[in-house]
Amino acid sequence: MSELVRRDPRKEWIARNRLHPQHLEVLAEIGGGSVASEWMGPNGLMRRNPHAVGFMGPNGIRRIDRSGAQQASQATGRSAEAKDSRRRVTIENPAFTIAVVPDMAGGRLSGHDRDLLGLARQLADADPENPGAVLAIVYGEHKETTFDEAGIDRMLMLEGDQFDGYTPENRIAALQGVDREVSPRFWMLPDSTQGGGELGRRLSVRLGERAATQVWQVEAHSDSATGWRCTTRGAAGTTDIVRDLPRVVIALAECADPITETRHAAEAIELSQPLPNVLGRIEDIGEVAVDPASVSLAEAEFILSAGNGVKDWDNYHHAAEVLGATKGASRVAVDDGYMPRDRQVGATGTWVSAKVYVAVGISGAIQHLQGIQTCEKVVAINLDEGCDMVKRADLAVIGDANAILSALVERVEQYRAEQEESRNAA
Amino acid sequence: MPPNAEASGAAGLSVAVLVSIGRHPLTARTRRADQDARAVEMALNMKGAAISLVHAGQHDSDHEEAIRGYLGMGIDEVRLLEQGPQSDVVPALTDALRDSSPQMVLTGTRAETGEASGMVPYLLAETLGWPVINGLAAVESVEKGVATVLQALPRGKRRRLRVRLPAIATVDTSAPAARQSAFGPARRGELDVQALASETDESLAQWQIQPARKRPKRLKVIKSSSARDRFKAAAAKSDGGGGQTLSDVTPEQGAEAIFKLLREEGVLR
Repeated sequence: MSELVRRDPRKEWIARNRLHPQHLEVLAEIGGGSVASEWMGPNGLMRRNPHAVGFMGPNGIRRIDRSGAQQASQATGRSAEAKDSRRRVTIENPAFTIAVVPDMAGGRLSGHDRDLLGLARQLADADPENPGAVLAIVYGEHKETTFDEAGIDRMLMLEGDQFDGYTPENRIAALQGVDREVSPRFWMLPDSTQGGGELGRRLSVRLGERAATQVWQVEAHSDSATGWRCTTRGAAGTTDIVRDLPRVVIALAECADPITETRHAAEAIELSQPLPNVLGRIEDIGEVAVDPASVSLAEAEFILSAGNGVKDWDNYHHAAEVLGATKGASRVAVDDGYMPRDRQVGATGTWVSAKVYVAVGISGAIQHLQGIQTCEKVVAINLDEGCDMVKRADLAVIGDANAILSALVERVEQYRAEQEESRNAA
Repeated sequence: MPPNAEASGAAGLSVAVLVSIGRHPLTARTRRADQDARAVEMALNMKGAAISLVHAGQHDSDHEEAIRGYLGMGIDEVRLLEQGPQSDVVPALTDALRDSSPQMVLTGTRAETGEASGMVPYLLAETLGWPVINGLAAVESVEKGVATVLQALPRGKRRRLRVRLPAIATVDTSAPAARQSAFGPARRGELDVQALASETDESLAQWQIQPARKRPKRLKVIKSSSARDRFKAAAAKSDGGGGQTLSDVTPEQGAEAIFKLLREEGVLR
């Protein structure tokens, strides 16, 4: 069958127009031959079938959408078509290059990286007659598939053992090589703790440039040498420094809007000269297993938090140990003396930013929900289906907390045993 | 790792700590800088290490008060390299470090006043030709001119590094908190003031420095072709569910669902 989507604008128009005499027929036709919801009875009365209208909503409730958009959106292939409408941009002969070194935390472009690429794009596209190219430099392996959507024209993949782990000396030597060969107009790095801030400072020192750090705004300025002016944060975030944009820019998150409307070539390039091998004085021995109980709540990645609903505390502590989670608590559990005060999560305790936050028997007072605002995924285990924590949660399991925790511990232990087996077999 | 673990084999090690003037975030009073104080704390926890504190900057009563905060931690003397206002401290510090040649230099990640770019340790390392590491969480041991240290990573993770001395290391807030500063030792401690020629920071004079403006909050812009979608996005409640609720399930089914989510997020180790 052909992949082409055949559209009939007239029918779509009729489907949108509820007053059109053929409206229902057309709707039935577009909707894939569904039952007609309204017809003329034998005695000239209009008969309606209420079961044939509408669609099932996400909560299992039948919804009736009178705008006609629902029926139209059922047509297949429409969403794919919408995605491809982004403008494709290819820059053959760039007037200059802007080099960006994204963090690639977890092998993917982070939000901070995308903001930075948006800023680089802003500088590159300032003069539409002579657009510049954005060059992204990525170390080692990555899992990212959407480099083109982030506004990257050229990609330089630096691969090799010398970039595994923490190797700032080799990385800087490679960037120096890029600087000699490509000589970018600007170097842009994220001012993050994921390595970008450090790498940027090392690079600026090596290149002999006075970098602008903590940049959060860049604007065109004719008096400046580079044609741009930036605003940076100074003195622990209490002052703003307005200065000319230097060659090395180390920018904060949300310094610009990420690219959404265009797709770029993301064409891979190679360096003509081999990278120098540097004798490093810093040796990476590897990550250390950290006891999750000693990690401070504010920076914990995975928190198992207990509230009033927890009755068997030994079981809860055991579960936290097996899962390798940092322990947290609601105010009630702390006030009742089951947990220490420094483990309290919420407005009066610690504001947490965990990737996964499991709330066991916490109904979700507003102060507690404030404290977990920035958590990515919230899992609630609770008896009460209507509580605020269940509404906030990405996954809520209704049931007895004790039994569910025991089952979870069993499941994780089984998974660990399986992993151990496969490791022994390998 | 207990917070006050003492590094072994640090006997006879000379450690220089670069300290700066801090600024209280609410009252704006001068004080010891938090990260620098943590660096001093780390040096004090190295058993048998000879510690020297160095500060480069102005010498007036306000700053002296802040410097005495470090003396109150149990330090006898701070070396104060006197510099004029708006001057670049890197040349003075470089000379001082080259003369005293410590094996390890500790300092905070960035200052609490001035430009606070966090560049000083990197600039010093480049001119002295020493390696530099950031985010030091603990010094585990020092043996034959090689230090084994723990580096703090985001999310409470730690990485073990081996670095050849002499080296510069920066300390951030993941290092153990500094001890309290005691009043008596702070009064009794001495400042070794050395007036040095200062180099004026030329480019700093050209910059406009103003109180920080609040950064505009990013708007959630919905880019959609149909007006209906845009309206729905604008009118929707921010926390309108979207979550999955499992009721009437056995504990095993519930646990399986949670387990799946934990594995997808990659938090199970």
